[in-house]
Parts: sequence; C-alpha cells; structure tokens
Amino acid sequence: MKHWEVVIGLETHAQLSTRSKIFSGASTAFGAEPNSQACAVDLGLPGVLPVPNHGAVERAIRFGLAVGGHIAPLSVFARKNYFYPDLPKGYQISQFESPVVQGGTLTIHTSAGEKTVRLTRAHLEEDAGKSLHEDFHGCSGIDLNRAGTPLLEIVTEPDLRSAEEAVAYARALHGLVRWIEICDGNMQEGSFRCDVNVSVRPVGQAEYGTRCEIKNLNSFRFIERAVDCEVKRQIELIEDGGTVRQETRLYDPERDETRPMRSKEDAQDYRYFPDPDLPPLRIDAAWVREVAAGLPELPSARRARYQQELGLGVYDAGLLTASREAGDYFEALRAAAPAVDAKVCANWVNGELAAALNRAELDFAASRVSAIQLAGLLRRLADGTVSGKIAKEIFELMWSEGGEADAIIDAKGLRQISDSGALEAILRDIVERSPAQVAEYRGGKEKVFGFFVGQAMKATQGKANPAQLNELLRTLLAG
Amino acid sequence: MSLDSLIDGTLRGLAGALARREVKAAEVAGAFLDRIAAANPSLNCFITVDRERCLAEAASADRWLDAQHARLVGHPAAPDGPDAVSGRLAGVPIAHKDIFCAEGWRTTAGSRMLENFVAPYDAQVITRFRDAGAVHLGRANMDEFAMGSSNENSYFGPVRNPWDQTRVPGGSSGGSAAAVAAGLAPAATGTDTGGSIRQPAAWCGVSGLKPTYGRVSRYGMIAFASSLDQAGAFARCADDLALLLDVMAGHDVRDATSVARQDPGFASLLGQPLRGLRVGVPRDWFGPGLASGIGDAVQVALAELQRQGCTLVDIDLPASAHAIPAYYVIAPAEASSNLSRFDGVRFGHRAADYRNLDELYERSRAEGFGPEVKRRILIGSYVLSHGYYDAYYLQAQKVRRLIAEDFTRAFAQCDLIAGPVTPTSAFTLGACNDDPVQMYLEDMYTIPVNLAGLPGMSVPAGFDQGLPVGLQLIGPWWQEARLLQVAHAYQQHTDWHQFRPVGVPGVAA
Amino acid sequence: MSLSEDDVRRVARLSRLALSAGELPRLQQDLSRILDLAGQLQAIDTRGVAPMAHPGAESVALRPDVVTESDRRAAYQAVAPQVQDGLYLVPKVIE
Repeated sequence: MKHWEVVIGLETHAQLSTRSKIFSGASTAFGAEPNSQACAVDLGLPGVLPVPNHGAVERAIRFGLAVGGHIAPLSVFARKNYFYPDLPKGYQISQFESPVVQGGTLTIHTSAGEKTVRLTRAHLEEDAGKSLHEDFHGCSGIDLNRAGTPLLEIVTEPDLRSAEEAVAYARALHGLVRWIEICDGNMQEGSFRCDVNVSVRPVGQAEYGTRCEIKNLNSFRFIERAVDCEVKRQIELIEDGGTVRQETRLYDPERDETRPMRSKEDAQDYRYFPDPDLPPLRIDAAWVREVAAGLPELPSARRARYQQELGLGVYDAGLLTASREAGDYFEALRAAAPAVDAKVCANWVNGELAAALNRAELDFAASRVSAIQLAGLLRRLADGTVSGKIAKEIFELMWSEGGEADAIIDAKGLRQISDSGALEAILRDIVERSPAQVAEYRGGKEKVFGFFVGQAMKATQGKANPAQLNELLRTLLAG
Repeated sequence: MSLDSLIDGTLRGLAGALARREVKAAEVAGAFLDRIAAANPSLNCFITVDRERCLAEAASADRWLDAQHARLVGHPAAPDGPDAVSGRLAGVPIAHKDIFCAEGWRTTAGSRMLENFVAPYDAQVITRFRDAGAVHLGRANMDEFAMGSSNENSYFGPVRNPWDQTRVPGGSSGGSAAAVAAGLAPAATGTDTGGSIRQPAAWCGVSGLKPTYGRVSRYGMIAFASSLDQAGAFARCADDLALLLDVMAGHDVRDATSVARQDPGFASLLGQPLRGLRVGVPRDWFGPGLASGIGDAVQVALAELQRQGCTLVDIDLPASAHAIPAYYVIAPAEASSNLSRFDGVRFGHRAADYRNLDELYERSRAEGFGPEVKRRILIGSYVLSHGYYDAYYLQAQKVRRLIAEDFTRAFAQCDLIAGPVTPTSAFTLGACNDDPVQMYLEDMYTIPVNLAGLPGMSVPAGFDQGLPVGLQLIGPWWQEARLLQVAHAYQQHTDWHQFRPVGVPGVAA
Repeated sequence: MSLSEDDVRRVARLSRLALSAGELPRLQQDLSRILDLAGQLQAIDTRGVAPMAHPGAESVALRPDVVTESDRRAAYQAVAPQVQDGLYLVPKVIE
C-alpha cells in the first residue's frame, strides 16, 4: 500500500477593480442589462482596436510589489486564439512569454505552521463574456458585458501539498488582493475565480504525476471539496491499475465530484503571438517607485510587527491581519488608547467586537461601535473604573444603543466598587451570615470560595472589583 | 472654366472654386455621380453608390460654404482652398475604399461576409474627412479584405482598368485607383499592406501615397494585417496628396499604434528645389525580373531627377530579396487572427443551415469568405501553430528586422529611394488564376516598404506598351513631406500625371 | 507536397472553415506552394537578430481609467443575425 503525495498548483483570475475595461472605455459595473456595457471594441466589431487601461497596469504593479515579484520593465500582450461564443474577437488578449509580474511569494498559515508559496507569474488579460444556458429554444444567450473586464491571472508553482494548503493560499491571496485594493474579491459575482491543478505521486518520487485541472471554483469550500474529490479519484484510479488522463474537469457541488469538461476535441492550439495592435508595455522604475510609495503596510509586515513589537500571539496577529479593515480598526483603537495594553486591545477586537460583528453580519467598516468608542471603554477598564464583566455589559449597550463609555457608566452607575473599606464591610457581613460555608472552606473545600464571590457580586450588583474582592476575601476567610 | 475641366483639375483647385462659390457642391457631386452611373457598369469601381445621401451631404456642404463665404464678402479674393482645419475640403467629393467603416453606409470590405453590414460607427479616417467638409461620394471596390493585387478577389466582381478594360487595375485598392484614373472621383482613399495603394496607382496612372506606419489612425479600418496596414490616398498629383494627407493624418487615442508627431505640414517642402538631394537606387531591383519597358521608363524618370539637381546613389537592400516569403508568413498570420471575429454571431453573414455551434462557425465562414481569403487564413493558422511558429512566424519577424535595418543603412547614404513600383504592368483579367503565388511576386518592390513601416509613393512616369508605369519613391520614417517635394518637382516638369484614359463612358475625352 | 490532406483538414478545423471534399486537393496544392514560398525563409541566417513585431511605436500609450462609452446596444444589435432580450443567440453550448 503506497503512500501518496498530493501536488497542487493554483491559477487565480482576479478581476481588477478598474472603472472601465482593460482595452476599452466601457463600464465594468456589475449587474447591468445584457450587452448594455459592451461597446464596439468589446464586441469585436470590424475595424476596432484595443487600448490598454492605465489603472489595470497600475494594479498589476501593486500586486507585483505586494508579493515581492519582479515587475517586468517590458512586457508583451499576446493573442490567445480560439473560437467560443463568449469570446467575440475569436482571440483573447493576454500575456504569454513576457508577463508583467514574474516570481514573488505568498506566506500561508495552516495547522502545520507557516509556509512560503512561490508564484510563477502574474499577467494581465481580458475576461470573456457570459453564456446563459437557460432555454432560448435550444439556444444559448450571450451577454458580452463582462467581455473586456481586466483580469490579473496569478499562477503558483506546484508548491501546495493538501486541500488545507490550497484553501489557505486562496484565502491569503483573496485577503491580499482586497488589502491592496486591486480587486473587490466578490466571489459570488465572479471577481475571484480559482482553477486548481491536482496530481498525485508516490512519496519519494521526483517526477510529477499527470495532473488534471479543475476550473472555475468560486468558493473556498468548493476548492477544498474539489481537491479532496480529485485526489481520491486519482488515487483510486491508479490503485485500480488505471492511469490518470490529463484533462480539464469541473467540480459538481450537487454530486460532490469532479467530472471531465465536455471538450470538443484534443488539446487546443492557441497559436499565441504578440498582438500587433499593441506595442510593448514599458514600465519604468519611476512608475514602480510611485506605486510602491502609495502601498499600505502589507499584511505580512503588519503581522510581523504585531508579533514582534507588540508581543501578540500568532493567533491574534493572524486574526488582526486577516483583513485590512480589522488591522486598521486595531490601529485606530491603539491610537486613541495608547496607554492600554496591546494584548487587551487585541482580545477585545478579536473577541467581543468580532463576535458582535459576526452576529450582525457586519464588517469592520460598518461596526456599530467605533474604534474611538471602544478606546473610551478600554481606558476605563485599564484605570479600574469598571471591571471586565461590567465592561462587557457596557459594550453591549454601546452596540445596541450607542453612546460613549463615560456617559453610560455615569448614567447606569456602573463604577466598580474598589473602595476596600466598603468592600470589606460587605464581605464581613456575608462571612458572618454564612458560618457553614466558612467552616467548609476552612475545612479545605476550595470550591466554596466561589459561593462567597457570588454573594459579593450579588450584593454589589456585579460592581465589585474582582481583584480586590479576591484579596480581601482570602484575608478574611483565613481568619 | 467648364464644370468638366474643373472637376478634372486638381483637388486644391476644386476646393478653392467651391470656397469662392464659383461652383456648388451639389453640381460637383452631381457631375461625378452622373459619370459613375455611366461608367460603373463597365468599370465596376464602386460597390455602393447612394445618390440621395451623397447629394444631401453636398447640399449640407453648400449651406456651410455659403455661410463661410458670406463672412468673407468684402475681403480680397480668398486664397485657393479654405485655410481652416475644419472645412479644408468642404464640398469636395471623396470616394472611400469600402474598408473604412462609415456609419449608415454598407461597408463590405469586398466580401460576401459583410454583404449586408451597415456600419454602426465611423472610422477615424471617415470622421476626419467629415470634419473637413468632404462629401462621401461612394464606396470603392476592393480585393476581399484587402487580400489581392488585382481587384479580382472581390465578391462584387472585378474592377477593370480604365486604360484597357481587358486588364486589371491592380489591387487591393483597385476601385479607388481606377475611379480617380477614369475621372469618376477627384480623389479616393485606399489602404496599403503590401503595395495596395502604390501598385494600383502605378497600373492606373495616378498618384498614390502610403504614409509611415502609425501616421494615420487605423481605428475603423477593417483589419487585414495589423502591423502592415496603413491608410493612404489616390489623387492626380502630389500637391493634392499633401492636402489629403493633412486631413487624414494625426494621432488617435483609439489606435495604440498611431504615433503623435509634431512634423510640419505635408506641403511644407512643396516647391523647394531638389538640388543636393541624394536619391538611392536599389541596383538589385533592376534585374531580369523587371519588364524592360518599365525599367526604361523608370530610368528616364531618374534622369529627370538628376536633371533637377539630385544625385543618384547606388544602394543595396539585400534582405529585401526575402521580403515576399516574410510577408506571406506575417500577413496571413495576422489576418488569420483578425478574421476570427467573422463568425456569424454578432454581425455579418450567417449560414442558413447548421445543426450546432461548430457548423454555424464553419459554414458561415466557408460561405462568407472567398478562396484567397481562405488560403491566407489557413496558411496563417498553420504558421502560428504549435511546432511551426519558430520556423515560420518568428523567423519571418527576424527577417523583417533585417529588411528594416537595410533601409536604415541605406538612408545614411541617401535622402530617399527611387525605383520601380512593379515588375510588370497590368495583366489581363484571369491571367493569374491558376497560381496564387505568381500574383504574390508582383509585390516584390512594394512589400519591403510595408515590412519596415516606411512611407512610399507611386507617381505616373510613362507608359509600357500603352499601359501606365509608376515611379516609386520611398522615404525615411516620417518624411512624407520629402517624398511629396520630389514628386511635386517631378510633376512640375513632366506631364505623365495629366494623361487620361480615353473611352470611359460618361467622361469626355 | 509540403502539406498533407490531413494537415489541411486539421488547419481548416482550427480556423473553423468547412471544406468540401472537392476543395481539398486544390487547396492542398495551393497551400503547399505558398508554404514552399515561405520555406525560403529557412535559408536565411538570423542568429542574434531580434524579431520585429511592431514597426512603429516604441511603447504602448495607455488610456486613463475613465468610462467613456454609453449604452449603444440598439445600434450595435441592429446588425446582429439573432438576438433576443438583448442577448446574442447561438446554438446551445454544453460544457
């Protein structure tokens, strides 16, 4: 019984967030009436010509910098020739031998730890239109609104070794393209689509096995399922004595299996050649510097800073850098409450706040408690005005009713009782009233301590300073 | 001056007369339309003529001209031709090769594929002529998708050479050249990918110019071979070509291959003497392949240039010997891709019978394209296909660079190059039917110019057994003004460009 | 001949051009002749020579990211062979 190694590479098509198309001035807005955003150039009418969009190139540069890749000073647009109804010109303008970004890496985090995934390249190309297969009397309806939308195709080396890694990579890439604002990452709308190349080989074998490509996966769940299904299929096939055929497959979520695409013929000959309508794309060092100057702090840099400078743990740092908004919120919180410990801030953002956002299905930008408001609360927690428990209650109030922490504390009288004289008085009272429990505690039943804490909280309506309470209580009970 | 004399004169003269209101645009257009009606049945220069529309444009031009003229009343006589950028050709009818999309006009590219295609937008060239006030006279016949050197590949029938109607006018802009030669239009637009302006200009005895690649916008010009195609014009003399080029040329943001230039006007060197200019003559071009009658006429033309003060310099263009094979790899390759959009889905011919998508494609395209177009698409797909790309396409592009470098070296020794346009004169209709390659060899002197992207002209330089002969002038990149200067000076002292064919129906001898 | 009948059929398929049986021999002959012409290129020494794909502009000029087109669907679809509800219709494509 062999042990198998899984080898996976991903190709991702990210729609770039430009206003207009990559080669024409038509709008890229989603959801328009069919063919209302397909201009003459997008339709491939006789005589029209492509002109590249500055914004698309800039986004490619941003991506290249963000992954530490090489921005090609000269890259070439090439035609990929094939016939399909959603491809009006009968060719797609893409890049072949000279892509705009070469190399680069992306760091992923899985249960096994950190891993660096190498990127082969990223290149610019135009998206095709859409075929609608709802019945038009046995016809398909073609909508070319999407034709010409700019895509950045991002290709990894076959460095991934499991479905978990593939999903981690997809998530990390998704986070990154949103972080640097080159793609909205809306997978339902098709802004971020992954193809996975999957092959298996016996552990220890140097050559790669035959790979199959599974196309157009537009959710992380589908990526995971598709990889698992395909790996299982290939292994079973080989162990049954068969061989894997190189083919393109689709993942069927209804059946939870992959099946071959109905291909009309043998492997396509795309007859790539440099597009004669487009002279070479030159990107000078000055432009690259300009773009670099405008890049935000990247997730990996921010994560490292959080761990190294702020002492946050891997998990917390990871959550805070999962999206730019989470980190930006955290940054704003810290700026407004610099005296509060970073870990406390992190706990609140990743804990209470994240939970509230999840329940309300909101993102950080739409949070009902702003960073400034939360800062106000955490300052009062830090200076002992309120206890942790009360702070959570105040947070709930801020979330549902709004308001500043100080105002709520005053209005509801939530100041923590830290006056040891008052506390001691309350505690003495409880101790005197509960001789049985005192005896149990002094007899060794440590758990009974909780009874006294509970009584004290009840007597103070939860406002007793827990640390003080514990200290005083222990002293008293010790006799 | 009679109307006939005026419309048979120069473009500049016609534009001036219109501006001074000595003649109405409607009369001028009407006169040409009458000639076309009489001659087109035999010459077949035009695929589409729309009399009403043309006269409506002329009437519109008349209103504009009247308003302009009213403003000038009281001033001394206006100079020849309006000065403003807009209105430069107000009221002047221009025939357009049926390759430039023109909104509302049937635009066929000489093909069944676009037999009923009414363009929904204007090519930049059409827009520029509109803005200059020109009147769209009609749609000139052409070889299908600009593929051909005889205008026998048109779905709408061949064009006949007005000098000898048993012969071809040349191609692919045969309709445009023949129309100007026959007096059916004072000027016409054309396109030149491998000689398709210069060669028919030579065979029809008119002046034709192909500008530097990137000088004129290709937006709206139905593509054949994108890195070679360039729009240009036909007229009766160099001066007229300067005027036409001034209207047509200019950077267009919609064409990424068009270049922004700040050159002085194309007429800026007209009238300057030729003394001191060095004219390069490619020795190899006068070999045994060249018909002696043509060679003689060209030598006489070169002697005239010498007489005017030019020095002739022998030059070598060794790589040009390989221009034809390079061209017949690159052009079909680009064409095979450019013509993929003709699939019966969004416009153009759609087969009536098909059972599935593949049949829709295959039958629409087989029915829509003629044999030469099919041959070029097939060869083009082949030379780009896996396994052949390096040996054919890549190799051809390398040879292309060698050819361009030859010219760069040559232009270090001369200011322009002169020689024959074609190895033979116009052949009889059907003579090249059996062998497509034979036709290709006609392009031997014109193709190198397209591969390098240089500007080139043909001017009438005599006759070879009754058939017109052209002198080719080739300039360094962006130096159309220099070519026009030389052509103009040549035409001041020779009269070949004033000869007219006789026997054109509707046109007085 | 430089091209076999199979070569012709294959490239016709690649180009989506239907071929009748009658056309095939003539086409094979013509295309072979053209390919022979093209074959003359093999003899030329191009070592160290860079291919020339663009005769003109040194680098492509980019357009600003601005929407400049409006909805002209009616005009563009006036020339379409078959449309319905704004969609171009083709025989059903199964993947």
